[in-house]
Amino acid sequence: MVVTSSVPAEKGQKRMATAQTEIKVTPEIAAEHGVTPEEYSRIQKILKRDPNITELGIFSVMWSEHCSYKSSKVHLKRLPTKGKLVVQGPGENAGVVDIGDGWVAAFKIESHNHPSYVEPFQGATTGVGGILRDIFTMGARPIAILDSLRFGELTATKQTSEEEAAKNRRILDGVIRGVAHYGNCFGVPTVGGEVAFEPCYAQNPLVNALALGIARKEDLFFAKAKGAGNPVIYVGAKTGRDGIHGASLLASAEFTEQSQQKRPNVQVGDPFTEKLLLEACMEAMKTGAVVAIQDMGAAGLTCSSCEMASRGGTGIEIELAKVPQRETGMSPYEIMLSESQERMLLVAEKGREDEVLAVFKKWGLDSTVVGEVKDGGLMVVKEHGHVVAEIPAHPLAEEGPVYNRPMAEPALRKETEKDWFRFAAEGTELTENFKKLLSAPTIASKRWITEQYDTMVRTNTLAGPGASDAAVVRLKESKRALALATDGNGRWGSLNPKVGAMHAVAEAARNVAASGARPIAATNCLNFGSPEKPEVMWQFSQAIDGLGEACLALGTPITGGNVSFYNETLGNSIYPTPTIGILGILEDAAKVLKIGFRDEGDVILLLDGAGGENLSSANRAKEFSSSEYSKDIANILAGQPPAIELGAEKWLIDVLVALADQGKVQSAHDLSDGGLAVSIAESCFAGNNAGANIVLPGSDAAEYALFGERGARAVVSAKPEMVSGVLATAKKHGVAAQEIGKVTRDNQLRIEYKGRAVVFGPVNALHDVWAHGLERALKLQ
Amino acid sequence: MKFGVVVFPGSNCDHDAYHALGHVLQKPVEFIWHQSEDLQNCDAIILPGGFAYGDYLRTGAIARFSPVMKSVEKFAAGGAMVLGICNGFQILLEAGLLPGAMMRNVGLRYICRHVHIRVEETDTSFTHTAKKGQILRIPIAHNDGNYTCDEATLAELQTNGQVLFRYTTPDGKDDTAGNPNGSKGNIAGICNRGRNVAGLMPHPERAVESALDSEDGLVIFRSMVEALVGAGKAFA
Repeated sequence: MVVTSSVPAEKGQKRMATAQTEIKVTPEIAAEHGVTPEEYSRIQKILKRDPNITELGIFSVMWSEHCSYKSSKVHLKRLPTKGKLVVQGPGENAGVVDIGDGWVAAFKIESHNHPSYVEPFQGATTGVGGILRDIFTMGARPIAILDSLRFGELTATKQTSEEEAAKNRRILDGVIRGVAHYGNCFGVPTVGGEVAFEPCYAQNPLVNALALGIARKEDLFFAKAKGAGNPVIYVGAKTGRDGIHGASLLASAEFTEQSQQKRPNVQVGDPFTEKLLLEACMEAMKTGAVVAIQDMGAAGLTCSSCEMASRGGTGIEIELAKVPQRETGMSPYEIMLSESQERMLLVAEKGREDEVLAVFKKWGLDSTVVGEVKDGGLMVVKEHGHVVAEIPAHPLAEEGPVYNRPMAEPALRKETEKDWFRFAAEGTELTENFKKLLSAPTIASKRWITEQYDTMVRTNTLAGPGASDAAVVRLKESKRALALATDGNGRWGSLNPKVGAMHAVAEAARNVAASGARPIAATNCLNFGSPEKPEVMWQFSQAIDGLGEACLALGTPITGGNVSFYNETLGNSIYPTPTIGILGILEDAAKVLKIGFRDEGDVILLLDGAGGENLSSANRAKEFSSSEYSKDIANILAGQPPAIELGAEKWLIDVLVALADQGKVQSAHDLSDGGLAVSIAESCFAGNNAGANIVLPGSDAAEYALFGERGARAVVSAKPEMVSGVLATAKKHGVAAQEIGKVTRDNQLRIEYKGRAVVFGPVNALHDVWAHGLERALKLQ
Repeated sequence: MKFGVVVFPGSNCDHDAYHALGHVLQKPVEFIWHQSEDLQNCDAIILPGGFAYGDYLRTGAIARFSPVMKSVEKFAAGGAMVLGICNGFQILLEAGLLPGAMMRNVGLRYICRHVHIRVEETDTSFTHTAKKGQILRIPIAHNDGNYTCDEATLAELQTNGQVLFRYTTPDGKDDTAGNPNGSKGNIAGICNRGRNVAGLMPHPERAVESALDSEDGLVIFRSMVEALVGAGKAFA
């Protein structure tokens, strides 16, 4: 990208980077901070005077879209957040749920999309680092990381030039290395997630990182400052000039040609320091002298100090001269807005600060008393004793602007049957198309990526990437295990944001259930375009309705997450992409289900919660046009996502959980991208290249039957003597189950439909296509 | 009688080694802080995997100067057992307790997956309960496991039977196809001339329970336990 020096955006940044308190705040400077005239007068009202430059900076980051949720708040209220296992819903650093025997799980997913486009490696590392801090801030030790990633196409297509494809490959490489570097060094396994590719993510890759931690319920920590006179302690890395306005300018505005100039706004991660910070914080919390703690993430010292005071209903006073600094001559503005990573702010019990400081000293980390909790609700920032900012904490943190932005349903796409996928003539052999599908980066094995992650450290991983539909980690302290899956389908979101969002919830929950675990709670990361566009706001509102309905129906309340708006470049928005993470409990870790077929002669069964359906052939073509097969084989994206029946999804979940608990099945794998044929193939590959001989009943078009992506379905395998038991369990829950074939060991995968073999071939040859599809797309093979 | 697991800042497989010895094999084990020169009367020391001191500069390059390493060197010189796993192996190389050095993996990427290694020598405290030629399926997880040394050292390692483990294919063939990182001579683990200090890149502590997909790593820890018992060190 060409860097020019005369564009206004850069001028603004330069001015801010050297901002000193003597700079007089003008409406122009406020506008450069992204503060609207209305917001500016609100600031004047709260302060009962004009803000100085430091105060303006503080307001601008706290009231940025990223930190204040000003455009999403009115909609987020509609999400279900309560449940009998929910210990902490949205509003803290992470959601917390009760997982039994006195243990709780803290988990949350967060985006780091914009930084990852500007600087893929550091953007991804700090995304992982930030979410890990959110977890251990709660007093929970992180035990797993998942990453939900979206990139542009890796190979040149009609929509993507070779130059763009090469850039997408570089972004992918940087992001993967970043995720790997941080998690591996920090010592928490990266156990799962998903990766998908669509042209719309080329200039807006999505990097959504989820972290999970566990704690004893009584050991949880919250970010509420309490007790006037209690010391405020700064711990961790020193403060530098990096990441200033990372949240406000980078994550709260869309990209233009000048985006590369925002590289200095990207934070830099150091997993080694974070590992020390984790161990030191856990040890300090054990002393009993810590009253409250919050990490410094977006908006750094500003956000952590005013939020802790606001939540605790107190005031806070900070002396900036005491803040450990990496560089000399930093202004109050820069110190307050720096987003240097690996820092925490904590409140200790008065008189016991030395116990806390000693722990951080042992771990070789900076820790200094920088202020104290005060009565009265004011956030006072001093530099060498002079007040440089004085703002009521609660209005700053909680009374920011809230917008009910205009919404408009986009004009209906005018489609006819001609725009939809046309099924191949009856009797057509589909093996070549099947191979093409298996090699598509979205479907192909992600081993090349996941082998760069340490998936096993801490020896709790019962099912790592690709082994089961969900990642499963055991709790050494109990008989239980936790299962986690992330899902989201942007294509479906673009065609119907509400139904797309419902599918994301249903698929994540189904994946958790296919590992044998009962889904209990959800976290969400809502990736959308600019909220200032009425169409985007409409998509957002629809997606919220879909999420709410699905989470309610499946019994998985939303416990937290984040919203990422402004995912657009030069006016082009990404597909609306809500990413859902669902957590489940497996009562007996020994009963974890994996996707791989096992013994020769095992019976393969198809479970269908909706019990088949009667769509007209036109409707079948319409929903099939939104499938991965339609995209890869015919380059068609049209129609509607498959209709969703939440009741059917719930029944299927219940059956899968029951089958696992009763030990009746050998494997389980849900049907999703690529439909039944891909699901069967993956179970073969994961079963040491087992074979399968399938005779599929039905009267639909073969492509619809083999590659259709309708939900509420899964393939299980069972020993012959267990089949009647499987059928009985399915029947009890109202789920249709039918035998469709047998596991073989003859290296052949064969799917017969309407009396003909429509897909067949040696398993090892199909495996090769699937196993190396991603590397070939990346031009590494 | 007990094992000691050293904790450097940035160690992250310390708890895994502790779990393998303390919970799976139910033997006494203690953590030893890197600032301490007191090995707390341990009879065998494990340097665990991780990123000691962030592995800045070079893997293991800073950790070797930790106070605890002075004691570990004396401990080893006295003939006691020291096992370095992954980062621990790298630290032993930097400390000069084992010969050779580590380079970045061929392909310049971190690799985490199960590999196969063959037990080459069974006359050490780390391998004596294994069979010569036994194939173990154990995970690796590293950036810098590309072992190298000069030709004279390699010849010496071979003559003295100091190569304890080699990467092989699943059926035990010496083949570059089984070598994940480009290491010289497919070397996965070695010992010193005194045969009391050993290092390996694969993580035996990650292969100690069937739930973790392999129990093949147990043979190494069991060998160490048996060796201590044989030396008259009764476990308390």
